[in-house]
Amino acid sequence: MSDMLPREDLKLEVRSVSKVFRRNGKVIHALDATSMSVRRGRFVSIIGPSGCGKSTLFNVIAGLAKPTTGDVVADGASIIGKPGYVGYMLQKGLLLPWRTILDNIILGMEVRDVPKAQAIARAMPLIERYGLKGFEQHYPHELSGGMRQRASLLRTMLYDRDVILLDEPFGALDAQTRMLMQSWLLQVWGDLEKTVLFVTHDIDEAIFLSDEIQVFSSRPGRIKATIEVDLPRPRTADVVTSPGFMELKRTLLSLLAEEAERAYAEAALA
Amino acid sequence: MATQALGRTDAPAAESLDVVDEDERARARIRRASTIGRWAVGIAIVVLWEALTRIKLIDPYYFSSPSLIVKSAILAWTTGTLLTDVEFTFSATIIGFVVGVLLGAAIGLSTWWSKTYANILEPYLVTFNAVPKLALAPVLIILFGIGFQSKVALAVLLCVVPTAIAAYSGVKSIDPDMETLLFSLGAKRRHVFTKVVVPWAMPWIVSSLHVNIGLALAGTIVGEFIASQAGVGRMILYAGQTMDINLVWVGVVVLSLMAILMYWAVSWFEKVVLKGFMHGAQSAGR
Repeated sequence: MSDMLPREDLKLEVRSVSKVFRRNGKVIHALDATSMSVRRGRFVSIIGPSGCGKSTLFNVIAGLAKPTTGDVVADGASIIGKPGYVGYMLQKGLLLPWRTILDNIILGMEVRDVPKAQAIARAMPLIERYGLKGFEQHYPHELSGGMRQRASLLRTMLYDRDVILLDEPFGALDAQTRMLMQSWLLQVWGDLEKTVLFVTHDIDEAIFLSDEIQVFSSRPGRIKATIEVDLPRPRTADVVTSPGFMELKRTLLSLLAEEAERAYAEAALA
Repeated sequence: MATQALGRTDAPAAESLDVVDEDERARARIRRASTIGRWAVGIAIVVLWEALTRIKLIDPYYFSSPSLIVKSAILAWTTGTLLTDVEFTFSATIIGFVVGVLLGAAIGLSTWWSKTYANILEPYLVTFNAVPKLALAPVLIILFGIGFQSKVALAVLLCVVPTAIAAYSGVKSIDPDMETLLFSLGAKRRHVFTKVVVPWAMPWIVSSLHVNIGLALAGTIVGEFIASQAGVGRMILYAGQTMDINLVWVGVVVLSLMAILMYWAVSWFEKVVLKGFMHGAQSAGR
């Protein structure tokens, strides 16, 4: 399907990227040849069992790890080994504890030598708009988990790349906060027009947020299925009880159940 | 309102507030008692010392007495060289401490740049830390002369390795995800160094300061013992050789006061610096 897209619509292309590494003498196939085309402005989720190479793929796209084979192309040029081309929010929020929220949020701009006054001028409207007003001079430990994740997400957004990678950003939050954060993320995404790649374990979360879901198989990871999510936007919390949502959930559950069984059987054999 | 609900309409609201404060009042009581107790013990020691020497139960010839020490101190301050001696010892200690800590921190932090370099350096740091460095004092006196410089050098020598080891421990404990975060933001290594490595290791370095200020003082005094023309250490040595036991005690008291003063200064500095670098998430031990 994606092969027929007009070129200008393509933001990011993963071309048969694989990753094999050796640890303690054992060869581990973390990622099988994986290809993926991401259109500009789309919200794409990647879902799959633990250890399916999702984080490996993200590290490759972020330029932090080199793939064994394959290439990642963004806007027509390879971005292998080029960190900083995409915005990447790691699993842990990772705010620097000795910096205030404001100083954490402008870290990305600071590293690119944007003058501090200018960085603050750009950060403040987002801080106000996205619910961190009044907390900019606080330190991370003074904030709740949800607030901290908002701050790390704003840092990633203010790094100002077209493509944003989010690796299970809400994994550590409680269910209530998680739902609030999902709506919040959709608002930010809608405003800032980013292309988002989102790793999650949570089927509901993937459906609620995404335009498209890539289902990964267990190790060695590869794309097992691509699911289009055609639920209308803007989505509100009650979409999760709609028939369309239920249908998608059923499909995803059975896909993931197969994988879980396979992984379990392999583990039993080994 | 709560008191009414409990049927105790006669109880004034202020009293129910006092009940809530019980814990805080208990803590305040303990604090007050501790402070009084501390002063009482100190005063008791001084009074007892004075009394026992007055009734000759202990011999003031060896142990002096508080009043004799005060008399001797006033004499040394007004007619003797106590003021210049204190200045000498104090500045040698402070300069040696500052130089030693900065040098040590620089060595420790530099290990972040290369794992190989760090591996080569590590056994030398550990070995040198185990060497009784005061034994090298005569060498430093020969190298730097009997003046001020050799005292500073000894203080530096004593501080530098513990600080380097502390900073190295800090560097080793850095959360690799923090580095990854910076790299993912397109940071160069120098950014990671200044924005993550240095602040991360700061609590380790700062927590070594208490030990180091004591070491710097010890280094300076030993230098003065060996060969010097000024300093509290020299004064003590001279007083001992002339059997002026009161002056020896003056030296001991002055050094103790200096040590306490510097310890307080370091504590204050620690509080100020750590406020900027440790916000709950980190503690020096981690």
